Amino acid sequence: MTTPPAPTLLTGAPAPVSGGRSRSRGGSIGSFLLRRLVRLAGSVVALVTLVFVMVRLIPGDPVRNALGTNATAAVVEARRESLGLNDPLWQQYLDFWKGLLAWDLGDSFSLHLPVTTIIDQRLPATLELAFLSLAVVLVVSIPLGIVFAALTRGGRRPGVDVAYTSISGLLSVIPEFLTGVALVYLFAVQTTLLPVAGRGGPDSYILPVAALSLGVTAGVSRIVRVEALTVFSQDYVRTARAKRMSRRRLYLRHALPNLVTPALTVGGLVLGSLIAGTVLVETIFSWPGLGLTIIDAVRSKDFPLAQGIVIVYGLIVLVANLVIDVVLVWLDPRSALKET
Amino acid sequence: MTMPRDLPAAAPAGPRRRRGALLSTLRSPLGIVASLFLLTLVVLAVVGPLHWGETAKVAELTRLSEGPSADHLLGTDAGGRDVLARMLTATRLSVLTAVLATLIGVTLGVVLGLIPIVAPRWIARAVNAALGVALAFPSLLLAIVVSVVLGVGAVSLTLAIGLAMAPAYARLAQTLGSSVAGRDFVAAARILGVGRFRILTRHVLPNVRDPLIVNASIGAGTALVAATGLSFLGLGVQAPRYDWGRMLNESLEGIFVNAAPSLGLAGAIVFAGVTFALVGETLSRAFGLHQPSRRLWRRLRRRPASPGEQAAPLSVVDDPVLRVRDLKVSAPRGDWWATPVRGVSFDIGRGEVVGVVGESGSGKSLTCMAVAALLEEPLEVTADSVCFDGTELVAGGRVSGQTSGELARRLGTRMGFVFQDPSTSLNPALHVGTQVAEVGLLHGGLSRSAAHERAVDRLDAVRIPDAARRAHQYPHEFSGGMRQRAMMAMALMGEPALLIADEPTTALDVTVQREVMALLAEINEVKGTAVLFVSHDITLVASFCTRVLVMYRGAIVEDLSTADLAAGRAQHPYTRALVEAVPHLDAEPGAEFATIAEGADFPTEPVRSRS
Amino acid sequence: MTDLVLENVHVRYGSGASAHDAVRDVSLTVGSGRIVGLVGESGSGKSTLARAVVGLHEPHAGRILVGGTDVVRARGREAAIRRDVQMVFQDASSSLDPRMTVGASVEEALAVRGTVARGRAARRAEVARLLETVELDPARAGDLPSQLSGGQRQRVAVARALAASPRVLLADEITSALDVSVQGTVLNLLRKVQRELDLTVLFISHNLAVVRQLCDEVAVMKDGRLVEAGPTTRVIDAPEHPYTRDLVDAVPRLAAPVDTPTLHRGAVS
Repeated sequence: MTTPPAPTLLTGAPAPVSGGRSRSRGGSIGSFLLRRLVRLAGSVVALVTLVFVMVRLIPGDPVRNALGTNATAAVVEARRESLGLNDPLWQQYLDFWKGLLAWDLGDSFSLHLPVTTIIDQRLPATLELAFLSLAVVLVVSIPLGIVFAALTRGGRRPGVDVAYTSISGLLSVIPEFLTGVALVYLFAVQTTLLPVAGRGGPDSYILPVAALSLGVTAGVSRIVRVEALTVFSQDYVRTARAKRMSRRRLYLRHALPNLVTPALTVGGLVLGSLIAGTVLVETIFSWPGLGLTIIDAVRSKDFPLAQGIVIVYGLIVLVANLVIDVVLVWLDPRSALKET
Repeated sequence: MTMPRDLPAAAPAGPRRRRGALLSTLRSPLGIVASLFLLTLVVLAVVGPLHWGETAKVAELTRLSEGPSADHLLGTDAGGRDVLARMLTATRLSVLTAVLATLIGVTLGVVLGLIPIVAPRWIARAVNAALGVALAFPSLLLAIVVSVVLGVGAVSLTLAIGLAMAPAYARLAQTLGSSVAGRDFVAAARILGVGRFRILTRHVLPNVRDPLIVNASIGAGTALVAATGLSFLGLGVQAPRYDWGRMLNESLEGIFVNAAPSLGLAGAIVFAGVTFALVGETLSRAFGLHQPSRRLWRRLRRRPASPGEQAAPLSVVDDPVLRVRDLKVSAPRGDWWATPVRGVSFDIGRGEVVGVVGESGSGKSLTCMAVAALLEEPLEVTADSVCFDGTELVAGGRVSGQTSGELARRLGTRMGFVFQDPSTSLNPALHVGTQVAEVGLLHGGLSRSAAHERAVDRLDAVRIPDAARRAHQYPHEFSGGMRQRAMMAMALMGEPALLIADEPTTALDVTVQREVMALLAEINEVKGTAVLFVSHDITLVASFCTRVLVMYRGAIVEDLSTADLAAGRAQHPYTRALVEAVPHLDAEPGAEFATIAEGADFPTEPVRSRS
Repeated sequence: MTDLVLENVHVRYGSGASAHDAVRDVSLTVGSGRIVGLVGESGSGKSTLARAVVGLHEPHAGRILVGGTDVVRARGREAAIRRDVQMVFQDASSSLDPRMTVGASVEEALAVRGTVARGRAARRAEVARLLETVELDPARAGDLPSQLSGGQRQRVAVARALAASPRVLLADEITSALDVSVQGTVLNLLRKVQRELDLTVLFISHNLAVVRQLCDEVAVMKDGRLVEAGPTTRVIDAPEHPYTRDLVDAVPRLAAPVDTPTLHRGAVS
């Protein structure tokens, strides 16, 4: 078959022919990455500055607070001097950055160890907890949301709809520390099936991860369901139905690819609350992570340790958000074009 | 006029309708439960310290950390005090902290979020950037940071949570606000010279208020959970004061001996959380932001019988490709069943090009989707017969939206579609070639590569330039006209006997419209494919089709050849009015436009006088 | 005296590499009391041009003169001249505040003008008069937009524009969201108020048949440029520019079958 020259009016329309479009797309992904990195840098500067200012805002003398009223003035003064708290503010700020870049944040008041050493030791436990939970949330909530959307689309099965909405709604309201308490009660008081304290073998992960992910999973599955119901009502699903395919193929082949982007976006949003949740869950399950450490640090007014951990938490969230954004753009280049 | 109007009666005046919606939501099961829960919580918060405050202070030193008993339903704590009394007393502090924190967070958030609408651009940008950073930081950690600075205690707890909530509300207010600010009524106000501040208070705020209130209500639950969480960590309320979080912390140490206090407190926190969530949900429904799932489903089943308007078709074709008899489509609308298509009958001959014309709401698109077996619940399609290409689609009086086996194969290969909006009718996540090839894969018995090869050939046939490369592109890389041609390529994967084109050019420019129409005509001519062409534009239909079905309020009122139409031989008053109302290029410049009086009623009885 | 003069207007979106010129070097004179049509396809820049004229976009270059004053650079007291140009949008369900009664919408426009009808009763009377002008029952002033039909909403939008007593009215695709049976009423109304108030109207549309019947003159835009302008019957009945000819040819006619000028038959097999 011959291909006649295309009518000029059509090719003259907005979509450029040939390579032009894809090149411009590549370019915009590059500039998207660049913009994102610049934004990350800005966020990191803001974070570090915020933490620096925070410690200087603590009413009274942080060193005096930490050492207690029994310490002599000379001891306090010596400690202030060694921490550089007597230097001018700009000098302190500069030193703070230097220390951060050299990964040296001074010594902990309470544990008498370098802050960075403590963080290096405790960070993996927290990261494991947070990212295992994120994985559980995504792996469970996406299929769950899609299945219930399929079951209840167009007002079908009102009974299932009400049951699902109520149960998932109830679960999503229960905070992780209550889930934790309930799990401790079930597995330590009523039975002794699973360990409820400390980090050891694989079974020691089950309860903390369950406590952290249960409510979030329920909440995310509700969002996925709403997104899925929206996708099911789109014109392109009607187009697919007009080809007369099985329901299974319709959902997996045509609906699912359009749900990955919103599900991952939500995943990025819940990561922050999962990281925050580790603080509570670590306390309940005596999990030797950063959360347990920061609570002790705040209680014992150990500000070098507290500020170090806050910075690390912030960095985790910022970097994870960047990664998710990049994955999203890689999956769906149009989202980079939409970015302003 | 024999039929009742299908359209809902004029709605009552605005404020009244709003109050009515609130009342009816409150009377629903959800509304009743939410009101009862909220009432309980408020009463406990007010009465708790007054009634149980003294009991809560009594320390029975002989009964430390006891389990539940008749005297102490939830047992006693390590100080020998009654846990239940303390828990009820603590309601006020726990709820008050949450509500105050929410007020702080929402107020601060709304101010920050709406600044960009009134402030100069650079301030807006700065606020936006700051929000971005604040949002990335988990709010519980933000609260911890704030309580580190402010010291621990109930006041700093409230402030910390309020401040930590603010960024999320700021972003919400900003998103809602900028979507309102981008709408035409704000543009109109700006053109009128209405000041920025007045635009904010008169136009933006009223339109963002409802979702903000709903979110604030749900947010109060989050605030309560966060506050108890911080107190639980020892960073919130300090002794001798106590809230649920601190009590939970204390009770947890004894959970191995006495679990009742922990479980009771957990119950209280969940109860409060659920209450705020339910109130949010109720308000959301009352404001109409969220449609409840169809609670009246069962009651709707009583359907008023709709009298058949047109039992016999207005014209009959020998050996039709599509024969439709007494087709009805019903849809639940509010509390009753409406019948947007009521008893339609028609034939389409093999290779014939038939237009269906009518205004919005006339039922023309529904008719097409119904005969294509594409309508699903909650819509219901009944008919005496829908016979396509020798296959009867009606089973048990209905046309099911789900087909399988041989019927699916036949419909998939013999019936093609072009829909109205080319920007949404192709799947944005799949390559165009993949979507075109799918029919070959599903019904043509082709291998993946053979199907792809044929898809490229079909794309080429509809004159997609460089089809082999274009097949690997996504729909957003195609222009509107090319997308419609890709839809036709999809239909040409099989051997279509009928192409259903539902307003295929409405979203396109006239010059592109002409190309799409030409391709439709060519497919009809070369392949002998019949076309069912749906449009609101009677001129376009007349220029393309050989026969026209005119639809009005769910019924076919006239069936005439385009030759008769062009010659002014239309008989039905509605058809005549429609033809006259369409402006055409030969009209006298400066002449009045022909009009159809608003609310004019035409007979829905068809004219049958055609030879 | 001409009410609206565009001189070398240039509107640019974005900046740097992603800059896009939506309107390029457009000059157009709209005579007082005339209805001038502006036609073109999507992306031709006609709506952008309209938004620039009413001040919703700042032109990158060029001058927009209303009654001889450059509205782009008018500051302070002079800026009030901008209210002399009012606009009616395509979709009245979006151009009327859903939370405001239609009476309040019209009244707001009066309040801004401020010169006449001080006092509540006087303003109410003026609102009623304006609603009557657009052939709406003044009793409906208390209704919300959602309680009106599409055609009625569009008439309210016209009334609101008239409340500012403009000299120039911009109508941007005001009937394209309406059913054809309602379209004529709105168009006849537009012409009626134009004649009664001696308004200057810039009528933006993609519908050539409507433009031919309504407008005195017409300008054709393509890719941001003006390709042809002149008396309506001359431009549409005897187009000079090939693009205008193409546009006119593409309009479907009742009695003429689709022509396929650029297609080679026989490709579909």
